[in-house]
Order: sequence, then C-alpha cells, then structure tokens
Amino acid sequence: MQLKIQYYALMREQAGRSEETLETASNTPADLYGELTTRYGFTLAREQLKVAVNSEFSDWSRRLAAGDAVVFIPPVAGG
Amino acid sequence: MMRFRFTQTAIDTAQARRELLDPGAGGYASFEGWVRDHNEGQEVTRLEYEAFQELAVKEGERIVAEALRRFPVKHALCIHRVGSLDLSDMAVWVGVSSAHRGEAFDACRFIIDEVKHRVPIWKKEHYRSGDSGWVNCERCAAAPHHAHEHDHEHRHLDEPTASHS
Repeated sequence: MQLKIQYYALMREQAGRSEETLETASNTPADLYGELTTRYGFTLAREQLKVAVNSEFSDWSRRLAAGDAVVFIPPVAGG
Repeated sequence: MMRFRFTQTAIDTAQARRELLDPGAGGYASFEGWVRDHNEGQEVTRLEYEAFQELAVKEGERIVAEALRRFPVKHALCIHRVGSLDLSDMAVWVGVSSAHRGEAFDACRFIIDEVKHRVPIWKKEHYRSGDSGWVNCERCAAAPHHAHEHDHEHRHLDEPTASHS
C-alpha cells in the first residue's frame, strides 16, 4: 500500500527529504519505523519518538490504511 | 480566534495583549521566552525553530483549553515563532488575563510548561564553534535509556536542556 511520510528536524536531515510517498508492506507505524531506519539509518530509538497518523497522535500498533499520512515525532523542544 | 498559533515574524505582544482584555479582568500575567547565548556549555549564536504545524496547533489549543478549565481565568493565548532567530529574539509568548493575579501566574506557568513538553516543535542550535545540534535529539540518540526524561509525565520542572526558562 502507499503511505505519505513527512519528516521533521533531525529525521528530515537524516532522511534527506521532508516528505515522500512510499510503497510499503509495513502494517503498523512500528513496522514502518523499522523499515525506514534500515533505509535511512535513523539514530533515534523508537522508544524516544511519538508517532502521528493523519495529523493526530497515534498508537504504534495501529493498523495503517492506504493513503495514511505518517509523521514520526522526535523529542520536542519548543519554548 | 485561535488561542495557540505560529508566526514567521516577530511576535506582536501589544496586539496579543489586546486579545486578553476583559472588563472582568484585574490584570494579566505573561511569559516571554528569549533566545539565550549559551546552552549546556556551548556558545549559541542563533536558533532555528521548526514545527509540525497541523498537529502542533491542535495540541497547543488543547493545552490552552486545559488551562482555562483548571484555572479560573478569563482568556489565554500562546504564540510561538518558527524560522531563524537571533540572540534575544522572542521565541514564545504566553499571556493570561484573570480577575486576580494568582491564577493568571499559575495558568501562564502551566501553559509554557506543557507547550515545551507536548507540542511538536523542534529547535536547532547553532554554536560559535561552527557545530549545530537539535536540542533533546542529538545527545539522547547516544543515550536512549534517558528517553523517559522527555516524557512530560516524568519531567523535571527546570529541565536543563531548555535554551531559556
């Protein structure tokens, strides 16, 4: 299925892009993060991140659907 | 009017303050976060802020709504900068009006603390040495067992990683 992925901050730099449309067999955000870490060598462990699906915080085990927009959220530093 | 928003340009505090006016308010408390010239032993020369704005404005609105439920205040507003900032630039502004001062200070503190820990905003520091780094991301990448320190449920009130407080 096709997913839309957006990258921010450290992960944007490590992926070398701010977004992409990806054909993937990963069914959950957790699986997807593993797949993308293999591809891009992300240095952050999944336990350090949150994940959003379709612009809302999500569970890592949520079943992804075709067309979902996924954003991995590194440790935040606003303020 | 949105009670949490981003701006690419300098925060207009005079305008923001006017949005808090209320005949029943006896005053207001505000907090300004500024870009500081040092962090964790490094000399900082400038900052870049980046946000996942679609989710950030939702989470920011939830924080302000929580503050309005928890504290008997009139109005509250938070504005955050994104983009490139120089030393002493204002990165964030929080304002709360209320009948009495105590709850205005409390709600203001609550909002800035929650924003720092929950809203998807990232800060890249540029150092005098020529290096740069994403705050809370580079060091913890080397020590992932410290990840829980960034969870707002377990935070320290005066976290040492902030560029100002």
